Amino acid sequence: MDFPRILSGNWETPNSHTLPVARSLGVYGRLEKALRMQPTEIVQVVKDSGLRGRGGAGFPTGMKWSFVPGPDKRGGKPVYLLCNADESEPGTFKDRYCMWKDPHLMIEGMIIAAHAIGCKVGYVYIRGEFRYIYDRLWEAVHEARAAGLLGNNILGTGVDFELHIHLGAGAYICGEETALISSLEGFKGQPKLKPPFPAVEGAWRAPTIVNNVETLSAVPWIIEHGAAAYKALGTEKSPGTKLFSCSGHIRKPGVYEVALGYPMKDLIEKECGGLLPGRTMKAVIPGGSSVPIMTPAEVYACTMDYESISTVAGSYLGSGGMIVMDDTTDLVAALANLLRFYAHESCGQCTPCREGCGWMYHILCRVRDNCATAEDLVTLKDLADNIHSKTICFFGASAAMPVQSFLLKFKADFIARIEAASKGIASGTHIAPPSPATVGA
Amino acid sequence: MSSPHDAPVAASRGPVEWPETLLPQVQDILSRYPTKQAAVMPLLWLAQDIWDWLDLDVMRLVARTIEVPPSQVHAVASFYSMFKKAPTGKYLVQVCQTLSCALVGAEGIIKHLEKALDVDAHGNSKDGLFTLLRVECLASCGSAPMMQVNEHFYERLTPETCDQIIAGLRSGKPLSLPRPEVDVWTFPVS
Repeated sequence: MDFPRILSGNWETPNSHTLPVARSLGVYGRLEKALRMQPTEIVQVVKDSGLRGRGGAGFPTGMKWSFVPGPDKRGGKPVYLLCNADESEPGTFKDRYCMWKDPHLMIEGMIIAAHAIGCKVGYVYIRGEFRYIYDRLWEAVHEARAAGLLGNNILGTGVDFELHIHLGAGAYICGEETALISSLEGFKGQPKLKPPFPAVEGAWRAPTIVNNVETLSAVPWIIEHGAAAYKALGTEKSPGTKLFSCSGHIRKPGVYEVALGYPMKDLIEKECGGLLPGRTMKAVIPGGSSVPIMTPAEVYACTMDYESISTVAGSYLGSGGMIVMDDTTDLVAALANLLRFYAHESCGQCTPCREGCGWMYHILCRVRDNCATAEDLVTLKDLADNIHSKTICFFGASAAMPVQSFLLKFKADFIARIEAASKGIASGTHIAPPSPATVGA
Repeated sequence: MSSPHDAPVAASRGPVEWPETLLPQVQDILSRYPTKQAAVMPLLWLAQDIWDWLDLDVMRLVARTIEVPPSQVHAVASFYSMFKKAPTGKYLVQVCQTLSCALVGAEGIIKHLEKALDVDAHGNSKDGLFTLLRVECLASCGSAPMMQVNEHFYERLTPETCDQIIAGLRSGKPLSLPRPEVDVWTFPVS
């Protein structure tokens, strides 16, 4: 399979983050062409390309842009473009490289997107832990501004766009677009009910588009090569290339760019170098910690695209954060580990999520420590079912889906712990200990 | 180890004002957003850079600057885990304990650091140099296990490299730069 590296092509060039090097690699080369296009033309090209949001939901990007009301229907309100760089889904670390190695590509994509939706001011919302990348992004913004690539009358085309970088402060939920907007506005990062969707009423009640770093970084290539060239990559319903963050029990963890539709087995065995010697695969979480877990049989039958993972394994491509677990993994401890994360990160707004995530974590600690009963598993399943889809945002479902899928696909691991407990092989305490799970090697 | 980020606000240091030299920066922050409220997080960051941690008087200063009740600033400061509501050691050592790191030995690293830094139940070392915390995913899963010391990421940790890093910090050696480049694997086009 041969395909261009649209997103990561510049990463190995030294100093690719500086403007002169970025320009020599072709970054900003598409900008003038794009800014001389009609906004509706750009939206149409992106629509035709089939580009889908790379943050996790996979919503068609061009369609999202087309939801912004026209200038005559906005009541004089501005339009905002927000780049979601809050990358905090466990198992996902691709945007970090995009911004560290090629910040100007993202900025070029943002300028083009801003022109397409009629936006004059944009923000990059970056997670607080990436403070060193935040500094690099500001440097890139200053470089671009000095070169006339940001500000008024960009490249003499009459297009204006100003970009600011906004630093988060450690809240997973701010990756959810309405929570990101609340946070940017200066409030607690709590999601809002939709509708109204942000494209109609978002930041400061003005039309707002929120796109992931990777999504925006793909836009310049699409403008340069056209929608058909992009659509020729990947599969019919999942065109283009995607960055996969691969971690866990593999020999070469890292970020890999492949065309969508790439066999999952090849990604693990070729790109990631396979498992450690003498180990066999136990399970894989394909798209960030929130998506349902997959069995080895499902892994071997799947290709890396939105449709295959969903139809074969009932899971999601998500953010492309793939966590591979081999046969040394204690899946009960692994699930307890994830639920500790969700219990910690719930924003506290909706009762099912706020109370339920902590409750599920405590039950899982009991199962892990061999002191649960069979009833606990029933309660666990019941809790997950009653959190899923019963909260304002998707966080509740994100915490419920791992529980539901682990219990469905790896029930034997949980039953074994319950049986051990019934035989008096209890090693833990009934009071959920604050200490985390020890998982695997 | 309990978190200083979650702790209730400790002692007050008395009323504070923005240093004269930083007033242009305060104005610059305010100019970026259509409302003053939106400047709350950047101003809290600036305040934390100046005063190291946020007490009620610092929050009152931010509230005066953006013209909102202090309670609103407190609500924001307490929601976000990276805003410090209590002092920490000179080096804040945050070790990721989420799944990808746990799979490759984060727990062993944490246990090793607890011993090597000789921290108390709150994660503070006796010499006041270190505060050790368990934290959730820092988006460095491909280079696990990892920790963040102040702003810097240290990755692919082993007990031995931890010892070297600690020795470096104790001797006052400046922190090395973050180095994501070593973790990008060249993609072999097949």
